[in-house]
Amino acid sequence: MGLRPRRREEIPVELFRSVNIDWLGKKWYFLCFSLIFSVAGIVSMGQHWASIGSPVPLGVDFRGGTEVQLQFVQTPDIGAIRQAVAAAGMKDAKIQPYGEAGAHQVLISLPEQKDETSLDAGRQQIVDALHAHYANPIVPTATKVDVVGPTVGKQLEKQALGATLLSLLGMLVYLWFRFQLIYGVAAVVAVFHDTLITIGFFALTNQEISLTVIAAILTLVGYSMNDTIVVFDRIRENLRLTRKETLPEVVNRSINQTLSRTVLTSGLTFLTVLSLFVFGGPVLRGFSFALVVGILIGTYSSIAVAAPMLVAWQEWRAQRGGGASVLPAAKRARV
Amino acid sequence: MKKNLNGKIALIVAVLLVCVYGILGVPAGVSGKALTEALTKRIHLGLDLRGGAHLILQVVVSEAVNAETDNAAQRIQQDLKTANLSFTQVYKPDAKSHPDAIRIDGVSAANANAVRSLLETKLSNEYDIGGGTESGFTVTMKMPVRQALEKKTVSQAIETIRDRVDTLGVSEPVIQEYGLGENQILVELPGIDDLDRVKSIIQSTARLEVHAVVGGPFQDEQAALASVGGTLPGDEVLVHGSGNLAAGSETDSIWVLQRVSVVAGSDFRSADPSTDQNGLRNVTFTLTNEAGDRFWEYTSANIGKSMAVVMSGRVKEVANIKGAIRDRGEIEGTFSPDEVMMLSKMLRTGALPASLEYLEDRTVGASLGGDSIRQGVTAAVVGVLVVMAFMLIYYRGAGINADLALFLNLVILLGFLGYSSATLTLPGIAGVILTIGMGVDSNVLIFERIREEIRAGKAASAAVDQGFAHAWITIVDTHVTTIVSAAFLFLFGTGPVKGFATTLTIGLLANLFTAVFVSRVIFDAHLNKMEPGEMVSI
Repeated sequence: MGLRPRRREEIPVELFRSVNIDWLGKKWYFLCFSLIFSVAGIVSMGQHWASIGSPVPLGVDFRGGTEVQLQFVQTPDIGAIRQAVAAAGMKDAKIQPYGEAGAHQVLISLPEQKDETSLDAGRQQIVDALHAHYANPIVPTATKVDVVGPTVGKQLEKQALGATLLSLLGMLVYLWFRFQLIYGVAAVVAVFHDTLITIGFFALTNQEISLTVIAAILTLVGYSMNDTIVVFDRIRENLRLTRKETLPEVVNRSINQTLSRTVLTSGLTFLTVLSLFVFGGPVLRGFSFALVVGILIGTYSSIAVAAPMLVAWQEWRAQRGGGASVLPAAKRARV
Repeated sequence: MKKNLNGKIALIVAVLLVCVYGILGVPAGVSGKALTEALTKRIHLGLDLRGGAHLILQVVVSEAVNAETDNAAQRIQQDLKTANLSFTQVYKPDAKSHPDAIRIDGVSAANANAVRSLLETKLSNEYDIGGGTESGFTVTMKMPVRQALEKKTVSQAIETIRDRVDTLGVSEPVIQEYGLGENQILVELPGIDDLDRVKSIIQSTARLEVHAVVGGPFQDEQAALASVGGTLPGDEVLVHGSGNLAAGSETDSIWVLQRVSVVAGSDFRSADPSTDQNGLRNVTFTLTNEAGDRFWEYTSANIGKSMAVVMSGRVKEVANIKGAIRDRGEIEGTFSPDEVMMLSKMLRTGALPASLEYLEDRTVGASLGGDSIRQGVTAAVVGVLVVMAFMLIYYRGAGINADLALFLNLVILLGFLGYSSATLTLPGIAGVILTIGMGVDSNVLIFERIREEIRAGKAASAAVDQGFAHAWITIVDTHVTTIVSAAFLFLFGTGPVKGFATTLTIGLLANLFTAVFVSRVIFDAHLNKMEPGEMVSI
């Protein structure tokens, strides 16, 4: 075996070749940044709660009611449609344009019924009213109807909540098993932070949360965990090998070492999700928005929330117990 | 040191071929059109991509329980009368919220024991008997019996709905139990966008019964009550209706009918439109044998009296009993051709054992479904191309490796969809796109590690070895967490969300195979060909 310098064509394109940023030193900046977005989100959610009774606008999946999406042959006139619908007695219908420009699509929403007895009446009424009072014909094959009764709405709410909480619990257990409890707690706190800020963004931009958005949020829970685990894996490995470094030094070094991989993966996943947001059409818009925001925040939180929390915990324990702030290396990694 | 890779390469090629077959079957040709046709035949598309109707129905099982306890109450009355045991009344104190409870009032202390032993002999299999004091007896249906009855009601409803939906000619309808123990039914009908027709076929004659007429028709309720002496006896009931299928709903009269039906919808075996000897349209029907016996008993004892056909709580037709009927009969009246078809179809496919309520109702028009497919596929193609291009630029030679693994990943994922009955929904397509982004993470992990090892001075094959070894644990960790959250989504989600969870999970599992095994084989094949001292392009 011999040593030789690398030939020019062998030198790769590389970002972050030798990075040496003091991440933990910046933790107060990170805290401020997180706080600003969290508080903005919470304030917005509070405002929504005061005006519509739920922290975020809810899609028809959860709030129940009737939502009819219609496509017209000619450009629809929202005012005329509203008059036609009101003429049939539906004064509390919400009418808004929908979809891409030039698609001639309109979304009409009726609020939820108290019980299931006239579940479908709303849709029929709308179609009849438009037939009677509005000259622009509807394209029948491009109609979408969602009618959700209060029973199903509540069931879906319960299911969504149950899935989210169980998911978080499952991951906490898994991380406890693979690492140590404090790693699991730090990761779950980071994920909770991500979910809060993402939902806050929905409140701030006044977008609806539907079932698919919940699916996106659950996915980004898994994704944020991923990211945090990669950093934790490296911290654990470095702790095993080092004898002299302090905990903050090890954590900083681990983050720097994994930075290249973190930015690349997040970047690539972000590009695919961006493609979904731009090209995926209006049905998936909420879903892809949640992922776009979630991926950015999820990457940020592994560095800015999970890692500092680990160190803070250890330092707090060291202060109480009087020993040096050294994290137990946790279980040996199985190779 | 050259490795023997032939076995591994054969495995990879085999997997590739199996999955391509799963996606395309054996296509008629290689033109774009033939391939698309083969593809759409193999892969099930969800309603949001195909267009169609999705309904969730609640089966009102308490109606079935009520019908059963009504029967039991009547039998108790008859038995007590036969045994000469006096009582004030047998009734159900709260039919709405406690359909399973019957009370017997006014039993004298002397008869209490006799009554109790009578009840126990006749009913103790299915009912619990309580009370026995001055306040009377309470007979309650046993819980397991009630639950079995409710389950049977739901599955009977499913069968009946399936029969009726079959007459619509929908391809691949989905009719199944839904919700955990909530007595709900899911109906999915691809390609249907006239929901009103579907609903009228499924639901409109939810309850069909034939009752004995005590008196009627009357103009209003006072007249009806006057005919029975002011108060309605417990075993009779007032029912509104037109009494004539051809009459409009403006004619509303009231009948006094026997509460317990003589025969019910489920007793009909067949019903067909026909014409009688005068050329008038009628419906000929046959009953089941057991119902035929009951009907014979009843009609022989009541010739000249009337029977009412009650549908959905309204009297639709009143017919005179012209002769004793066992199990073959006719319903006569002035029917239009449509009415006679509808009536016989509803009788023929059996009546629903209980009413259905709509809980959720979604339809997607076919052209919207097509739009969604186009948008989803565009997003997927753009995503894949961007990722592949990036990997080539950033990792050069190894980038080809990653791109091949990515391609195989997609083929395996689609092959799985082709083989299984999993449906592809729009969120499912999103799941495919996400798999690409997350899956390439595995490759990045490995390649970054290899670069580190090379930087540390290791030779090519050692660097590759170390890269794979160290990255493996992290890859497993990250895949497991995402798969765990996808698993919860699958358990708790409905149709489209389930589709997303499925593609994400399968995609990540396939990724474990392609990013680790297949990438390694490609690296090794390349290493085999390299000169000693040469470095991999990464």
